[in-house]
Amino acid sequence: MVKLLFRSPPVSPGFIFVKAKPTDAEGIFFHSCASLNSQKQRSTRSDSARARALVTQLLRRKCEPWAPGLCYGRCGSTLEPVWVGTDTGILKGVNLQRKQAANFTPSGQPRREEAVSALCWGAGSETQILVGCADGTVKHFSTEEGRFQGQRHCPGGEGMFRGLAQVDGTLITCVDSGILRVWHDNDKEASSDPLLELRVGPGVCRMRQDPARPHVVATGGKENALKVWDLQGSEEPVFRAKNVRNDWLDLRVPIWDQDIQFLPESQKLVTCTGYHQVRVYDPASPQRRPVLEATYGEYPLTAMTLTPGGNSVIVGNTHGQLAEIDLRQGRLLVCLKGLAGSVRGLQCHPSKPLLASCGLDRVLRVHRIRNPRGLDHKVYLKSQLNCLLLSGRDNWEDEPQEPQEPNKVPSEDTETDELWASLEAAAKRKLPDLEQSQGALQTRQRKKKRPGSTSS
Amino acid sequence: MAKAGDKSGGSGNKGLKRKAATEERQEAAVAEDGTTESGVQPSKAAAFPPGFSVSEIKNKQRRHLMFTRWKQQQRKEKLAAKKKLKKEREALGDKAPPKPIPKTIDNQRVYDETTVDPNDEEVAYDEATDEFASYFNRQTFPKILITTSDRPHGRTVRLCEQLSTVIPNSHVYYRRGLALKKIIPQCISRDFTDLIVINEDRKIPNGLILSHLPNGPTAHFKMSSVRLRKEIKRRGKEPTEHIPEIILNNFTTRLGHSVGRMFASLFPHNPQFTGRQVATFHNQRDYIFFRFHRYIFKSEKKVGIQELGPRFTLKLRSLQKGTFDSKYGEYEWVHKPREMDTSRRKFHL
Repeated sequence: MVKLLFRSPPVSPGFIFVKAKPTDAEGIFFHSCASLNSQKQRSTRSDSARARALVTQLLRRKCEPWAPGLCYGRCGSTLEPVWVGTDTGILKGVNLQRKQAANFTPSGQPRREEAVSALCWGAGSETQILVGCADGTVKHFSTEEGRFQGQRHCPGGEGMFRGLAQVDGTLITCVDSGILRVWHDNDKEASSDPLLELRVGPGVCRMRQDPARPHVVATGGKENALKVWDLQGSEEPVFRAKNVRNDWLDLRVPIWDQDIQFLPESQKLVTCTGYHQVRVYDPASPQRRPVLEATYGEYPLTAMTLTPGGNSVIVGNTHGQLAEIDLRQGRLLVCLKGLAGSVRGLQCHPSKPLLASCGLDRVLRVHRIRNPRGLDHKVYLKSQLNCLLLSGRDNWEDEPQEPQEPNKVPSEDTETDELWASLEAAAKRKLPDLEQSQGALQTRQRKKKRPGSTSS
Repeated sequence: MAKAGDKSGGSGNKGLKRKAATEERQEAAVAEDGTTESGVQPSKAAAFPPGFSVSEIKNKQRRHLMFTRWKQQQRKEKLAAKKKLKKEREALGDKAPPKPIPKTIDNQRVYDETTVDPNDEEVAYDEATDEFASYFNRQTFPKILITTSDRPHGRTVRLCEQLSTVIPNSHVYYRRGLALKKIIPQCISRDFTDLIVINEDRKIPNGLILSHLPNGPTAHFKMSSVRLRKEIKRRGKEPTEHIPEIILNNFTTRLGHSVGRMFASLFPHNPQFTGRQVATFHNQRDYIFFRFHRYIFKSEKKVGIQELGPRFTLKLRSLQKGTFDSKYGEYEWVHKPREMDTSRRKFHL
């Protein structure tokens, strides 16, 4: 029999497992049973069930591989519907059914200089991911092969990437200091001259590409009003938003556009600001000021996404509060609970009512936004998460027991089955002893009698 | 009846009273269920109808008596059971089953998935390159600025002074209504590594803000149970200038690790063992207990300790990434009572 190795969970009352050899199978069972027995007096059947569940869970929990590109099972967009970029430079493909993440690093070791700041899908339906790193490089990652394929150095400007987009074989990047460049997207790093360069203004917080018209991008930031650029058109922005009127004290209202989204089937844009406002702009209308403004909470809104219906947006703020805001009336619909840290990335599935959120509390959560509202999946990923990409496929919820996993899982299952078969034998033998000791401790379990009651 | 009444009224003796009451009760029982034969038998244990409980007796004295008697009986039974169990254990000797461990909330703690595994490389890298890396690599030496909220009262001022004797290389400055956001750049330019602000409410200190300076996280704590040096009984003399050792207990989760490292980075990395002083940050059920002791080894296994220094309890309210900016800063963890405190067995640190 092959040796089974697993780590012991460090803090856990009464569960102390060591390296398990099949010959120690009885040892494990008895150990766990004894510890459980000593803690809780329950029937032996539930004890064995608990021990079984525990050990199976520990067996299933695997070490995370560190070699680049190595992951459990076959990597492919069929298995990992959510891709998350972290502060330590690791790209994680998360499998929600098994609550595991496969780590991918371009250089084999995590490096903070390569912290992922922007993610977007590459050419060809969701088979390639473009990863913008903090050192100014954009790396290509193939989801099918599960490895980084090439990288492109995109120099110029200071700061991290605030937006990454891809159109017609060209790459659009925008950095913090406001330099927006369009690069020729070939794998060779030879030509480092951008095709087009625009100065958008300093302090950019987000650059977003219109999914309907890929050559139109919008930028906005801190004291940098919303501007819509047509990259095939002139060097001037197509639409430049105007600030709202002075407030009731006649003071200028500061601008801090943190996230921008294009509304489908119209030219409208939605922005969320660091001053907890959500604004809708309409370039088609004569007014350059926002058409609708709604506020939520007291903390800066950091991320925003559109819901499948198209009538509302979900925003997240620095306190981890998520809210759905209706754009027709400008009011708050629902709040979603669960996050404990600042929301860094939010994305809704295009057709299903699912929302993926990631943030500084190092946990990826998938919520269901309607009927019934609540948390669906929660996966702890050990680094601070910066951005995420949700695949728009429809079938990732329905994947049952992954027949694609070639060697790993079936053999593990047979091993565990054999292990449990041997454990069953041990259990049957041990039962009489346990019953005896149980009987001695029965007095404690008697129900609390009411004072003076005659029934016994 | 009158005689019995007199007896119970006259004598303060419990036994007499009880006897009198028993008689009364018996007669009452007889009066109640005349149909039963219990009245005929002069037995002590009167037969009550099934399902009768003491709480149904309307007379308070009698009810109290019955309850006391029931309680005594329960105690006797429990003692008897214990004795029996003890005898059985002695009889079994080595073969006795292990003693059952009592359930405590710490025992029953829900396993936190963010618990740090010492072999985990990703978390190890994360910690090795976080904001405290320069301290743990011995590149920076801690220099602490202690201040309070505006216009502090006596207790807070004394706590600051005592804290500055406990934490080496710390300086207390009076807060003259300055904004923290203005203090912080000045501290950074003067090479301070940490800023401690003790918040005060109604003349007692109740909050602590600990900000790691160049660009590090800011932790906001609730402070309670503050005891100054003179309020500690059986304390030792003043702490000396030696650098103390640090004990960080029970910081197991990832959040706990961050907070633990914050505390560790307050003190210099090289403790002076000749000073025999130790500062303890003990985390239990999300409350962090700070104690400062002087120890002496009387023999290899026996230690004597003297508590010096102030003592307080902290509870983490939020951990914010970046220096103090409560309005626009990004929070790594915020305590949300209605969402996080739903289970009594789930802790976050």
